[in-house]
Amino acid sequence: MLEKANDGAAAQAASANKAAAIAHEQTTHKDAQLHHHHTHAATSHHDGGHHLLQVEDLNVSFCMYDEDAPYFQAKQRDVQVLHGLSIAVHAGEIVAVVGASGSGKTLLADAVLGLFEPNSTVTGRIWFDGERMDAEGLRALRGHGLSLVPQSVSHLDPMMRVGKQVEGFANALSKAERKARREQLFERYGLGPEVARLYPHELSGGMARRVLLCCALMDDPRVIVADEPTPGLDLDLAVRALDDFRSFANEGNGVLLITHDIELALRVADRVAVFKDGTVVEEAAVANFADPALLSDPFTRALWHALPEHDFAATASTDEQGRGNASIDKGGRSC
Amino acid sequence: MTKYLARHIVRFALLMLAVGLVVFALVSMSPIDPVQANVGQAAYVNMSEAKRAQLASYWGGDVPFWERFANWAGALLQGDMGTSLRFNAPVSVVIAHRAANSLALMGIAWLFSGALGFALGVAAGARRGGALDRVVRSYCFLLASTPTFWLGLLILMVFAVQLGWFPIGFSVPIGVSAADVTLADAVHHLVLPALTLSVTGAANIALHTREKVVDVLESDYVRFARARGESELSVIMHHGLRNVALPAVTLQCAFISEVFGGSVLVEQVFSYPGLGQAAVTAGLGGDVALLAGIALVSAALVFGGNLLANILYGVLDPRMRIGEGRA
Repeated sequence: MLEKANDGAAAQAASANKAAAIAHEQTTHKDAQLHHHHTHAATSHHDGGHHLLQVEDLNVSFCMYDEDAPYFQAKQRDVQVLHGLSIAVHAGEIVAVVGASGSGKTLLADAVLGLFEPNSTVTGRIWFDGERMDAEGLRALRGHGLSLVPQSVSHLDPMMRVGKQVEGFANALSKAERKARREQLFERYGLGPEVARLYPHELSGGMARRVLLCCALMDDPRVIVADEPTPGLDLDLAVRALDDFRSFANEGNGVLLITHDIELALRVADRVAVFKDGTVVEEAAVANFADPALLSDPFTRALWHALPEHDFAATASTDEQGRGNASIDKGGRSC
Repeated sequence: MTKYLARHIVRFALLMLAVGLVVFALVSMSPIDPVQANVGQAAYVNMSEAKRAQLASYWGGDVPFWERFANWAGALLQGDMGTSLRFNAPVSVVIAHRAANSLALMGIAWLFSGALGFALGVAAGARRGGALDRVVRSYCFLLASTPTFWLGLLILMVFAVQLGWFPIGFSVPIGVSAADVTLADAVHHLVLPALTLSVTGAANIALHTREKVVDVLESDYVRFARARGESELSVIMHHGLRNVALPAVTLQCAFISEVFGGSVLVEQVFSYPGLGQAAVTAGLGGDVALLAGIALVSAALVFGGNLLANILYGVLDPRMRIGEGRA
């Protein structure tokens, strides 16, 4: 659980922040009702009158050398990779961010976790559980309310035993408490006690996935950011593997699931945010994907038509796809 | 395990054979005539032709290459490394005496440059792009591109000649009998050559370590550790050092040969009576037995270093431990 500030002044500041956040006049919404640039699913609810995680107008740009210029004349310029991105995660739901591989979805995870590269410029507003966050706040939140479930076993230190890594080094528990909690989690996810003695390279794919999930749950988060947590699994296996995220969400928590697989997203998520050209073009409840008429963005509609169970029409309304005009500003300002 | 051991013993024997052969071949091709070099220029010129021939045959100058090699190798197997022409003593005695000096010098330089280089490399890598990184990198680039002997001369000029803090050469004070030499004397003479060797060695190690630290800090597992709220210090202590240890050990063990090579130059500059200086003397004097002996000892040292690295890999890296168990 996120530790609540006991200090009176801090509590006051927090409530002031809450007022500044976009307040919800009602805590439940009807299915598929448009509200704050997104529609709601049945499970979405606003505990305490706010979103669990809310990102507004996020921009991420990198200061880098111009790749097209001759080597010695290359000037540095700002390359914008995320722009005007807004997304919200409610308590009790899985929100899937769906976009092409390599389109910069992971940068969204980095920004939310406050993991900024030294050459990046990040602007925007992020609220966590109703509180406005700055870079320092996001840093403090890592492993203390907001946890990452990474893609693969390469995110585990190859030289350290799995048990020790799951137990971690940054949480407030004592060593014995960590061990007890880790054992509890291992038991819950069907990992034998001997797994703790293994090194990451000795884990099977399925074990590795559960170990990575245990790492995140160890820190008792409210929101999990899962970055492609089911690589290489076919749809049915991936859906099963995501059951654990479902039950986590059902306990009143939120999951931001980053994936390239729209079919998977439609099967497991409550709401789907379609990511294209560095921004979310549409954030809608899964129910909206039942009928293209319920989708507002032309690209999302094109995506709907491209799904195998529909007409597989990958070229539908391609002329409209340029609408977002990509805005990946090749020219860029110098920096 | 026995298979592992046997393989290394065979490798070691082959290495010794090859080193011995190469030294023998090189010396026999050398333009230096051992007889001339050892009798002395003046005496040799005044010598009659018959006397020269007699000397040459006494020293076995007319014995064919392979027979000479076989004689030497056969004696070596019985523990006899031959007699040094220049030092007029058994090679094993000369090497043992010289090695005591050299090993102290090289050992200190090896440990000190390793520790200093590792610390500087980790610090620079952790603060990549910062002021500390820039200072360390400038220092390393400057020193890595400095010839060891030149740095030795510079240090000698500053600390021994101008400041007079340390003696200008040798391993013991001049005019003091061997029995009266104290440990403090020996250390006092060791400081400058060890400093020279360490300072240049540390630069290379620091640069390599820094690269590795940068790699580790950009890895997925460090990103994940940060995402779990670990501080920068915690990341370096828990994941950085662990993962940098392996390349550091490789570097440190491979560095034995560098220290040995450097010690030849440094001992020459500081007139330090170690193996390196003896090797130069032996080479210039056509002293094949001593030269071959020193070559074998240094090859054995380097081999030992690499073997140590191999063994330590297994201890340090779980991936290799498993690999070996299955093999």
